[in-house]
Amino acid sequence: MRHVDEYRDPAAVEAVVRRIHATVTRPWTLMEVCGGQTHSILKFGMDELLPENVRLVHGPGCPVCVTPLELIDRAIAIASRPDVTFCSFGDMLRVPGSRDDLLKVKARGGDVRIVYSPLDALRLARQHPERKVVFFAVGFETTAPANAMAVHRAKAEGLANFSVLVAHVLVPPALEALLASDDSQIQGLLAPGHVCAVTGYRDYEPVSEKHRIPIVVTGFEPLDLLNGVLAAVTQLERGEARVENQYARVVAREGNPAAQRMIEDVFVVSDRSWRGLGEIPKSGYALSPRYAAFDAERVFDVGGITVSEPEACRAGLVLQGRLRPTDCPEFGTRCTPEHPLGATMVSTEGACAAYFHYRRGPRETAAAAG
Amino acid sequence: MLSCPAPLDHRDVVEMAHGGGGRKTARLIETLFAPAFRNPHLEPLGDGAIVTVGGERLAFTTDTFVVTPAFFPGGDIGSLAVHGTVNDLAMCGAEPLFLSAGYLLEEGFPMRDLERVVASMAAACRAVGVSLVTGDTKVVDRGKGDGIYVNTSGVGRVRDGVSVGPGRAAAGDAVIVSGPVGDHGIAVMAAREGIDFETTLVSDSAPVVALVRALLDAVADTHVLRDPTRGGLATALCEIALSSNVGIRLEEAEIPVREEVRGACELLGFDPLYVACEGRFLAIVPGEHADRALAAIRSQPGGEGARRIGSVVAEDPGRLVLRTRIGSHRLLERLSGEQLPRIC
Repeated sequence: MRHVDEYRDPAAVEAVVRRIHATVTRPWTLMEVCGGQTHSILKFGMDELLPENVRLVHGPGCPVCVTPLELIDRAIAIASRPDVTFCSFGDMLRVPGSRDDLLKVKARGGDVRIVYSPLDALRLARQHPERKVVFFAVGFETTAPANAMAVHRAKAEGLANFSVLVAHVLVPPALEALLASDDSQIQGLLAPGHVCAVTGYRDYEPVSEKHRIPIVVTGFEPLDLLNGVLAAVTQLERGEARVENQYARVVAREGNPAAQRMIEDVFVVSDRSWRGLGEIPKSGYALSPRYAAFDAERVFDVGGITVSEPEACRAGLVLQGRLRPTDCPEFGTRCTPEHPLGATMVSTEGACAAYFHYRRGPRETAAAAG
Repeated sequence: MLSCPAPLDHRDVVEMAHGGGGRKTARLIETLFAPAFRNPHLEPLGDGAIVTVGGERLAFTTDTFVVTPAFFPGGDIGSLAVHGTVNDLAMCGAEPLFLSAGYLLEEGFPMRDLERVVASMAAACRAVGVSLVTGDTKVVDRGKGDGIYVNTSGVGRVRDGVSVGPGRAAAGDAVIVSGPVGDHGIAVMAAREGIDFETTLVSDSAPVVALVRALLDAVADTHVLRDPTRGGLATALCEIALSSNVGIRLEEAEIPVREEVRGACELLGFDPLYVACEGRFLAIVPGEHADRALAAIRSQPGGEGARRIGSVVAEDPGRLVLRTRIGSHRLLERLSGEQLPRIC
């Protein structure tokens, strides 16, 4: 298959792996930021191919995982209303709120639909003027342009029965928060390629400079990730620290200006609380006051629903790269995809789900490989 | 099959995943259905039951079809209902003899569509040489169904000298798949409303009866037969690894997946190894007979794409391990929940 196979070519993979082994002389710890990258790494078993002293820790780049519990409870409150058609990407339905998840709401008769694009939700709103159609706008900068477009169109068309529950988060402020902690062990970052396709990577340059750490904008295929690792360890071995673009076939330094204009039209940067990371200033989007009429939190008056995060789940540590999923005592026992304690076990981009699906523990994989 | 089934939570309600053919379905069967109806014929929990009547071994199976849309590229709910049940009989090592059909219709369902479904079922029966000998029709109020659901049950005669079962895989066996996987799931997805996705792909929905007959003629000592329907190839092989308490190793490079299926899976965030087929089967045969088995399947129309995709080993009992194209390894688990799309 074109545009995929060339980035999974065994000979090319082997060549890059050999260069990584030849380059590395000391132990290095790198964080891949995006959950899509985490899944690729585990799905293709790429960590098996790396030298032992290159450690990959998994970052907070799973928007479903970092959506705070209270926002999920607000979503559940809205979705449970008989007059509402609640639309969401699939992953979000299985994320546990404080008591239920959206799948349970659906099973009990709530009109909860999986959509593949916010524009599908908009279409439902057009087709069913008698229903209040709500779209759960979750995601990093990657999904923001399309979600902004849906709101923009709804306003242009005067669709009064459409609104969005916004849970958008931004990558650079989260990285800043992770790197600023005193005991951060992260020495290099693989930045999320799809986020940078929208935003470009200018915002990552001050982060790299301030923390003296290489940041490599990286794609999602095996060769992308290995080349990202190679670029990062090459910089580290040479004592360099700058932003480098491995994913130039998709990402430009300035990003996608049309997508950025759409975001700026509809959203404003706001403080956000992240599940597992806490409140991070200026780390998300909220609807701009001009679009307040499309804000589901206002329309359904659910702002009063507040809950605190449960103690038992250690997803926060996993999201910060401080706990490997398989080192969690609940992993695979009390916490499974069917009975998740935290979102990292259910999201298609959650680190715990990646470990659960692709391996059950490093020792077992070693045995399997033998 | 599950080592320690957790009891059902009585506050729970039925979720879509309970019908997904993955872990939740397995738990429902093991904690509710199997204990309630416990008997030796049910116990193996295979694709059908093997019962002995007057010295004759019969295979007996049932399946209900709720596919949406009812008409999809390469098939419809009618032909699918015949193929699904005759294939389940074939997976018991049986020659299909008789079918029943139950129709659950929604008030307002177009009579023309019903005629199409019935004509397609009749054609499918003729093609396999099976007789539909009894049936039932029920109608529910408009809004209480989704157009049409079809149930089929089937009876077949198990071939002499053949004894296949999910627990018979043994170290040294070869794993064979009869053709490319995932066509059916992706063809139905693409035809579904809300997905603007154009493909020339058609469902693989087809009877595998002739292919299995050729295989069993060549290798009567075939150990396991299984059709990778819901949950796909990976879930089917995981269940076999668990039932037989053996390890199974797969070679990713050997597993046939069409370009269109791979492309659609990349876009939608699916793994083709978990996407349903309705006209393929997995065969586990003694390693020394692998070439003979492959040649037999390939000699039949529809079996040309058969491949040996892996081996059964003694190590890592209960586990399915894939060696990827780039030489690394990954564990394949049973399907968990339903396949859901990625979000960024």
